[in-house]
Order: sequence, then C-alpha cells, then structure tokens
Amino acid sequence: MNLELLLPELSLLITAIAVIMLDLFTERKGLLTVVSIAGLAIAAGFAITMWGTAPQAIFNNMLAVDNYALFFKLLFLGIAVLVILVSVDYVSKFARFHGEYHALVLLATLGMMLMTAATDLISIFVALELAAISFYVLVGFLKDKKSTEASLKFVLLGGVASAVLLFGMALTFGFTGTTQLPEIAQVIKGMSTQSLLANPGLILGLVLMIAGFGFKIAAVPFHMWVPDVYEGAPTPITLYLSVGSKVAGFAVILRVFYSAFALPEPLSLDWGMIFAILGAIGMTLGNVVAIQQANIKRMLAYSSIAHAGYIMIGLAAIGLSPTTDTLAQSSILFYVVAFTLADLAAFITVIAVSGKLGSDQISDYAGMGKQAPILALALSLGLISLIGLPPTAGFIAKFYIFSDAVSNGLLWLVIIAVLNSTISAYYYLRVVKVMWLNEPVGEGKVPSSFTLRLALAISCLGILLLGIAPDFIIKLAEMATSMFGF
Amino acid sequence: MSFNYLSTIIFLPVAGAIIIALVPRLSSRQIKYIAALFTLIPLAISLGLFAAFDRSAAMAGQMQFEEFASWIPLINANYHLGVDGLSLPLVVLMSLLGFLAVLLSWKMNLRVREYFAWLLLLETSILGVFTSLDLLLFFIFWEIEIIPMYFLISIWGAGRKEYSAMKYVLYTLFGGALMLAGILSLYFTTGSLNMVEIAQTDLAPLVTSIPLAAIFFLLLAGFAVKLPIIPLHTWLPDAHTDAPTAVSVILAGTLIKMGGYAMIRISIGIFPQAAQDYAPLLLGLAAVNVVYGAAVTLKQTDIKRLIAYSSISHMGFVLLGIFALGEASLVGAGLQMFSHGIITGLLFAVAGIVMHNTGERDISKLGGLARQMPAIAVIFTIAGLGAMGVPTTSGFIAEVTIFLGAFASNVVSGVQIYTIISLLGILLAAAYTLWLLQRVFFGPVLEKFNQVRDADNLEKIYCAIFIALIFLVGLYPMILTDVFRTGIAPIAALFGG
Repeated sequence: MNLELLLPELSLLITAIAVIMLDLFTERKGLLTVVSIAGLAIAAGFAITMWGTAPQAIFNNMLAVDNYALFFKLLFLGIAVLVILVSVDYVSKFARFHGEYHALVLLATLGMMLMTAATDLISIFVALELAAISFYVLVGFLKDKKSTEASLKFVLLGGVASAVLLFGMALTFGFTGTTQLPEIAQVIKGMSTQSLLANPGLILGLVLMIAGFGFKIAAVPFHMWVPDVYEGAPTPITLYLSVGSKVAGFAVILRVFYSAFALPEPLSLDWGMIFAILGAIGMTLGNVVAIQQANIKRMLAYSSIAHAGYIMIGLAAIGLSPTTDTLAQSSILFYVVAFTLADLAAFITVIAVSGKLGSDQISDYAGMGKQAPILALALSLGLISLIGLPPTAGFIAKFYIFSDAVSNGLLWLVIIAVLNSTISAYYYLRVVKVMWLNEPVGEGKVPSSFTLRLALAISCLGILLLGIAPDFIIKLAEMATSMFGF
Repeated sequence: MSFNYLSTIIFLPVAGAIIIALVPRLSSRQIKYIAALFTLIPLAISLGLFAAFDRSAAMAGQMQFEEFASWIPLINANYHLGVDGLSLPLVVLMSLLGFLAVLLSWKMNLRVREYFAWLLLLETSILGVFTSLDLLLFFIFWEIEIIPMYFLISIWGAGRKEYSAMKYVLYTLFGGALMLAGILSLYFTTGSLNMVEIAQTDLAPLVTSIPLAAIFFLLLAGFAVKLPIIPLHTWLPDAHTDAPTAVSVILAGTLIKMGGYAMIRISIGIFPQAAQDYAPLLLGLAAVNVVYGAAVTLKQTDIKRLIAYSSISHMGFVLLGIFALGEASLVGAGLQMFSHGIITGLLFAVAGIVMHNTGERDISKLGGLARQMPAIAVIFTIAGLGAMGVPTTSGFIAEVTIFLGAFASNVVSGVQIYTIISLLGILLAAAYTLWLLQRVFFGPVLEKFNQVRDADNLEKIYCAIFIALIFLVGLYPMILTDVFRTGIAPIAALFGG
C-alpha cells in the first residue's frame, strides 16, 4: 500500500473536510477561499514532485500514478484554483452553504483526478460518480427555477448515462472476464480477429461505453443536457463543467480506448470511425445551433459541443492507427489545455458582466468595449482563440490536432472541421461586434474583484503564450503520453 | 546576417501598435506621429534592403536576408524569414503603402487610438505573409490580418460596413480553411513546412493517399479568394467600397497581392505539374476575370465600387501572366502586382479625397469638378491613364510584359487565345476610365460644388509620391524587373521556359 502516491488526492480530501468544518466555526467566509486554494496548492505541490517518475500501479491496479494522470491532475488543480477565485464574487449570492460550495468543488476535483488515474473499470466508475454527484448538487446551488430544473435534468440524464456506461462495462467484463484495462487488452489481443468481430457482445459494450462517456464530453447525440444545464447552473460551475468535467471525460476515454481496446486493428478501426462520425456530427450541429443563440451561456454551451467534436478528431486518428501514431494523444492533451484557457477567459468575463447586468443576453453586451475595455478585450481574445485564429492557443491546437488527422488519412474530416471553424467565426465574432461596435445601453463601469481579474489575466496570458510559444506545453503533453500505452 | 532586418520591418509596426494601445493619455496628434514613425522606419529599411539586394544571376532563387530560429520542433515548424526577387518588391510596396496609409488617415478623428493600432497590426501581418518561408508562419500571418481588417471596415467604414466586414471575414476564413487543409496535406506528404525545401523536392515520387492535384486545389482555393478569382470575388467590391480610404488603399494595393504572390510561390513553385495540367482552366478564369470584371466596372455608379471592380479585371491580367507559365509573363505578373498597387492605391486615395471634400460618391451626381478641384483632376487623370495602361506609366509596361510574355509562352497550348480575349480588357479599361473621368471631372460645372476645396498640401505630397513611382516604374522598369527576374527565373525554369 503506497499511500504516499495518493498524497495529492488525500490532501484534497482533507481540505474538503476542513472547509466544511471551518464553515461551522467562522463568520469570515473569505477564509474558506483561502483554505481551499491552499489545499489545492499543496495537492499540486505533491503532484509536481511525482512528475517524471516511473509509472506505478497502486491498490491492486485500480489506479495508476503516471505522467498522464499527473498532467491532468495538475490541469484540474489549476482550473479549480481559477474556479474558486472567480467564485468569490458569485458566492455572495448564496446566503448560506459557502462551506458546502467550496467542499463540493474540491470533491468534484478529487473525483476528476481519480478519473484520470483510474485503470480499472470499477475505479473509473466510482471516480466518475464522485465527480458527477458533486456536480449535480453544484448545478442546483442557486435554488432558483432555472438552476433547479437544470440540476434535475442533469441528475436524471446523468443517471441514465451512468446506467448505460455501467451496462457497457458489464458487457465488457462478461466478454473478457476482467475489469482491469491492461488485462482486457491482453485478453482481446489473444483472440482471433474473426471471433472478436463476429461476437457482438464486445462491440455492444464498446458502443454503450462510448455513449456513457459521450454524455460527459457532450458528444452529439448525448448532448441534450448541455445547453439547459450550462444556462441554469451558477456560472462558475458552468465554467467548471465545461472545462473540467469535459476534459476529465476525454482523459478517461483516451486511457480506456487506447490502453484496453487499441489492438487488434480492426477493432480500433471500428471505434475510430465511430468517433470520427460523432465528431463530424457534433461540430456541425454545435456550430450551426450556436448561431441562433441569444444567451451567451447557451452559445458557449453549443460551442463546447462543437469543440468536443474537434477533439474527437484526435480520438478518431488514434483509432485509425493506434500503434504507429504518437502525435494524436499529445495533440488531444494540447487541445484540451488550449480549449480550457479560452473557455476560462470567456466564462470569467461572463461572470463579471452578469454580476453587473444580471443578464446573459448577448445583446446586453452592447458597448462593453467602452464600459469595460479590459473585460471586452479578454472575452474577444477568448472567442478568437475558440475560432482558432492566430496568434492564440486555439490556432496551434487546431493545427496540431488536424495535422495528425491528415496524416492518418482523415483529410475529409479535417475539411469538415475547418469549414466548421468558418461557421463558428460568425457567431463568435457577432459577440465581438456587439461589444465593440454597438453603443452601450447602460451606464457606468463593470466592477470586478481582484481575484476575478487575476484569474482572467492568467487565462489570457495562457492563451497568448500557448499561441506564440507552445513548445513547452507540447513537450509536457508528449511526456505525459509517451509513458502510457503498451 | 548579424542584424535581423526583416523581423525589424515586420514587427516595428506592431510595436507601434502596442505603444499606441497601451500608453495612456496620448493625444490623437501624438498617436499619428507615432504611427507615422513606426511605418516610416520599416519603409526606410525595406528601401535599404532593396538597394542592397544582390541582383546577380548567381543569386537567382536564393533567399536573402534570411532569418531562422527553431519554433515548435515537434511539428518541425520554424521561425523562418527571407526575401527573394519575388517577395522583396512586394515588401517595399507594403511598407510604402503602410506609411502612406498613415498619411492618408491624417484627418481621422473617430476612435483614433484603436484605428491606428489596427492599421499597424494589419501592416505587420501583410509584411509577414510576404517574408515567411515557413508554411505555418505564413498561414498565421495570413489569418492574423482578418481581425484588424474586420474592425477597420466595420467601425470606420461607410455604407453597409458591418455586412461587408463580416462577408470579408467569412470569405477569407473559408479560403483559409481549405488552405489550412492543403498545408496540412502538404506537410503530411513532405514532412516539412519549409517552403524553400519543399519547392526543391520533387513531389511526384511522394505519392500518398492524398493526390497532389487535391492539395494544389485546396491551397489554390485560399489564394483564389484573396486575388480574387471569379466566382470567389463577391467580397471584394463590398469590402473595398465600404472600407475607409486608407484601408481600401491597402486592400487593393497589397492585400489582394497576397493571393498572386502565393500562387507564384506555392501553387506553381511547388506544384509545377499540377499547375501545368490545370493551366488552361485557370487561364480561362483569368479571361473571365478580365472581361467580366471590366464589363461590370462599366455599369458602376459608385466611384469606389467602380475602382474595386476594375481591380478584379486587373487581377485577371495577373492571373493570366501567372498561369501562362512563361518567364516573361511571370515577371509581367509581378510587375502588374506592383504597378496595380500604386495606381489603384492612388485611385482610391483621390477617390477618397473627392468623396471627403464633396460629400458625394455617386458618379451621376458628380460632374465638372475639374474647375473646382484642378489638382485632384490632374492627379486622378494621371492615375486613370496608368489604369488604362498608357505608355510611360507603370501600367503600360506591366500589361505589355504580360501580354507579350503570355503570347510567346509555349508551356501551355492555347494560351494565345486567352491572351487575345484578355486584350479586350485593355479596351474596356480605357472605356470605363475615360468615362469615369468625363463624368466626374468634366462636363458642365455644378454650382453646388463651388465651395469644395481642392487637395491640401499633405494630400498633394502623398499623391506626388504615388505619381513619381508610377512614372519611375513606367520609364525605368529595369529597377523592378531585374529584381523580379532573380526570384522568378528558377520558378519559370521548372517549365523549361
């Protein structure tokens, strides 16, 4: 039992409990923010010290401690810090339950960290539920009509998705006799291709798992919950769902499909093609529907559905050549980081603006360029990165993921994707236009706390840094993916 | 190369943009001086490079003033700049127009700070396109230009400015999207993003799942939107017409030249076989561009829209020169790009003055202005003569070189027919130009324009610069042809011409 390998998770768990306890005894709720961030920083410190060490399996191969998991753990810890920073303005809206809010954010982080480390279907499911249940509660935190409806919808659909996922896992277990990813890989490799493909059980299991995970990453057609939940949830939680939960979903998918179902090739060709088609549909539907949205949170929800489609291009590329391809995994990792930064910049601005206006309508952003030039600039930068225009992170991410897809014979998918970027420019730039060209409707400045501005500055710098000098993150992503696999 | 001249040229404007954007409490006069300074220095350096450029035959096809730094090693992308005879004149043209655009905008008083910041960023991105030798870098500069252009048209434009700006963005992004797919396919085929290296590689043996002709057309789609080739041209009249004057000058002067430049450098430099195979198609489109563009020009009633459509016709000549694939015709295409840059730049500049001073842009409501605006009338007439290709102007020498070169080129069979059809364009150009001059400047003097001012000193100065260049190139074309030839000879040699 190597408990020291679990130090990041344990310290986070202790922080979560400490925050709840502290909430009972203190009136100064600002302290909760400080303690939460301190806990996240400590966890990150432990995670950094483990970076680069040889991969280890712990708890009877339930969890792995490798660079891949650490990369995502650090990403989630960073995102959680930003989420808590931007929540400072927002939590004042809740009269009570500050402690629970912070604790749940930390627990969701814990769940997502475990998701990326899990190497057994059972531990994957447990970690996934830990994150999901925390999110169910967080989404309903505003307790108004929309928030409650969103939460209920999320619970019901999430429950169905979990059931589907579990069913897929059960079928896989029945077919292979094991729940551990490396052993599943061994069993499948040992079978003849003929008997593998003739047996529908495993294929059905795979399809059901894709559906279950597809719910997490907002893949079409499992995306129905996304716009409503994004709109109704407290905006910091929407932010966390869009960048945290989705990224964790991709991390799990990548690990499961790459380390358990990569061979033999006919099998991976199957799921590769499923991801290619889901990706093509997802990005097209997301972008086309986003055009009609008047609410910026709904627009960003559909945009995130589209971006899930782009990321699936990377999964498809892995499926098409699982053994030779080295770039696809790191390109997915780079893409999720770039997407995270851009979405952070966008949502943080939305939080600030809705604090002033009490509205998320795009038309109410009119004249924001005059009223709050810094916020408007940050939102514009985030949106430009989401379009994928240089010199932002979004461009390099797209270039990276598309170049890999082209080299795996997915030129058709890339052409669909680049045309989709053109469509997306229309609705992203519409927001930019409203902010800079239209006359302001209201008066006065838009207030924002120091912590919010700090979080915004971090994400904007990140967008530019990854757009101009992406080498460092690409190297980290390479390191993270080079050690896991066969 | 100890000093990074090209980086300095490219990034000085953006440095100026950052200063203008960030330093608080600048008066609009200070902003204009900063903008002028940060475009004048790149102009001076690029003229210096033009003088120092080695024109000897031994240097043909060699990049000069090269800069190289590793950028993203994992995808083999580098920060790689350089100029050869093909790109250097365009760099000079852009840095010149960049400086003149600042002078042209001297009367700008709406959101001055943002305006000049975007204008300078625009200059950086276009200069970057002409000097990048790495495909990723090239593409980045190509796309960066969209954002400043969007704001410049939609905030400071006129008419249906927001519609035109969005149309411009979507067209460019559409072309850029296909171009990106083409660049990725090319990268996958060759494993390199280095344009020089790829141009020296014989692609035929590197057959992959993606046919070379497909890559050729994916890339060409991006360039065709920019040049523009009919039927991808409809953004151009809208954008040129609704943009503010200085931006129209840059649009017509250099921005659409990115398309022609990229066609020579990439489409035919890297894919000689595909270019030769599909040359008849593109020559046909060139003839359509010339004749259809000129015919539509005749019908225009808006002074700026008329000049915009004439650009489409003139770009047809460039396309003809390029896909005739002969050395002389390619040099002519280069010359025409430069010459059109200064002539149409001047046309847009004086049209801007006319519109600004009279408050009228509808040709049917103008007339007899030669009496009230004598200086402008003279300048406009000279520019018009250039556009018609009258001898001693640069327009003449460029068009003659294209026609003679294309007619004599034996690379593409049937090129003579397209050339003869395109000759019609000259005739039509004379018709629409003279008709325009007659309607705007001659005829009965209109009372309502009696109070209209003529050009002021600043306007006379920048118009004089344009005119001097038109005659300099017209009378002494060697100054450019020598340079163009060093860049184009190796490309033309691919076709044995």
